[in-house]
Amino acid sequence: MLSIHDLHVAIDGKVILDGLTLDIPAGEVHAVMGPNGAGKSTLSYALAGRPGYEVTGGSVTLDGDDLLALQPNERAARGLFLSFQHPTEIPGVPALTFIRTALNAQHVARGEPEISAPDFLRRVRAEATALKIDFDMLKRGLNVGFSGGEKKRMEILQMAMLRPRLAILDETDSGLDIDALRIVADGVNAMRSADRAMLVITHHQRLLDYIRPDRVHVLAASRIVASGGPELAHALEAEGYDKYATAA
Amino acid sequence: MSLARAIETGDLTALPSRRDEDWRWTDLRGLVRSLPPASPANDTALPPGPFEDLGESIIKVNGGGPERLAIESGERRIVALRFIAGAGAGAHVARFSVDIADGAELTLLESYEGAGDGYLTEAGMSIDLGRGARLERIVMARDGADAISVSLAEVTLAAGARLAQTILTSGAKRQRLETRVIHPGGGARVRLDGVYRLAERRHADITTLVTHAGVDGATDQLVKGVVHDQARGVFQGRIVVLPGADRTDARMGHHALVLSDRAEVDAKPELEIYADDVACAHGNTVGALDEEALFYARQRGIPEAAAKAMLTEAFLAEVIDRIGHDGARDVAHAWLASRLKAAP
Repeated sequence: MLSIHDLHVAIDGKVILDGLTLDIPAGEVHAVMGPNGAGKSTLSYALAGRPGYEVTGGSVTLDGDDLLALQPNERAARGLFLSFQHPTEIPGVPALTFIRTALNAQHVARGEPEISAPDFLRRVRAEATALKIDFDMLKRGLNVGFSGGEKKRMEILQMAMLRPRLAILDETDSGLDIDALRIVADGVNAMRSADRAMLVITHHQRLLDYIRPDRVHVLAASRIVASGGPELAHALEAEGYDKYATAA
Repeated sequence: MSLARAIETGDLTALPSRRDEDWRWTDLRGLVRSLPPASPANDTALPPGPFEDLGESIIKVNGGGPERLAIESGERRIVALRFIAGAGAGAHVARFSVDIADGAELTLLESYEGAGDGYLTEAGMSIDLGRGARLERIVMARDGADAISVSLAEVTLAAGARLAQTILTSGAKRQRLETRVIHPGGGARVRLDGVYRLAERRHADITTLVTHAGVDGATDQLVKGVVHDQARGVFQGRIVVLPGADRTDARMGHHALVLSDRAEVDAKPELEIYADDVACAHGNTVGALDEEALFYARQRGIPEAAAKAMLTEAFLAEVIDRIGHDGARDVAHAWLASRLKAAP
């Protein structure tokens, strides 16, 4: 479903990713692990199309379509969702308004009818309940004054509402205590399906005890240097990233 | 120096110029090379005003019409006061005075409406609030793109009075909306808000002067603006706390978004404090839309133009949400939404 081939990305002329190749078939969850500064967040932002992340070579396709030719909102409408490591606060735009605007924008882009207000409210109530999000919080400015855990749950709520084809979870475990981690992981696991792919980016193995990946990749020194099954995550936790630091 | 005097005497040297400190960003002398003819009397049929049906109407066209409104003790009234530059308007001065007796209440829905083009006008408002009187004044300025328009309101409060003001403007060729408040302290409270949203080559200047003359007064000010294209926004806010006006609580905030390389915002927030034991603060920011928020919204599927409009509306709505009168607040929100759609 997602196919990344020989991807090169630079920020302000500085090379961050230098020939990254990765394929994620539909129905699978892949984890990318790596030391700080290896380029993990750069990978997620480059896939989402963040301005300033210059793709200098390689290709990325989603369901065969050239992702790199699309605007960020067009990528979202094709089904790409990024759960941000540091979700942005948007004062003055209630979470409910924001999510409904996003959902309907995606529907319009795909030529689908907009969702009615009652249907939207019914769905968002159910998803918020599952994620233990107080419904009144959705009437406040998006993420404004939310705790770290609340922000991450709000990301998962948006993912559940938008039902993406490809979900990228960037350091979703950072800043979460164990209870919040379990809620978030349950929310992610509930989204696993045969026609959805997930890319879980994390520094620690801990998250992968809750979200079991099909494949684990090591991102070090600007490219994927090792791949394996879930056992690779445990090996990394035990041995650290040192041996990969010079592998590239 | 005033536009009104220049219009009334025909003497162009009476126009304020950039050499006058308070007018340096809203120069009129350099702009007005000759006066248009005096505006004719006008009694043609008028389109509905922005606050239609929210209250009784007082209409002034081309400077003519009623000149005084008195609210008696115990009365609560809602009045839509319309200053209209009608078809064929040239130069005119419009005057109006409002007296609100002790304990009386007025919601004043004031509008500046330009049907014609190329007019030159000054409106002079004199407003008096008695002890414990209340005034919510909402000013919507909808001048023509070629208009030169000044409004000057001089407001005097007695102890315990409340003034809550919100200015909403889309600018003109050159436009200034000035408010001067004599604040007696004594538990009187003032809110002086404003929103400007300017496109093309429009100019709007929101200038305020609050003079705290007695103990225990409060002033709270929030002005926000967005400028597009080659528009220019000006905010000059001055709060003076005179000797003896102790325990004054004054807060001023001005925040603007500049959404084009050729647009401009000039701001001068000033606190002059000559008293003791006062709580005064001001904040002033001028910047661009939050790129992080913009990318976040686009990542969720919202196209760039819609995301910008959403963030801009949210930015300005904070001021509009402070309007007390429900109907006027709805009109203001609708104005904001329509202005945002019309913007590039």
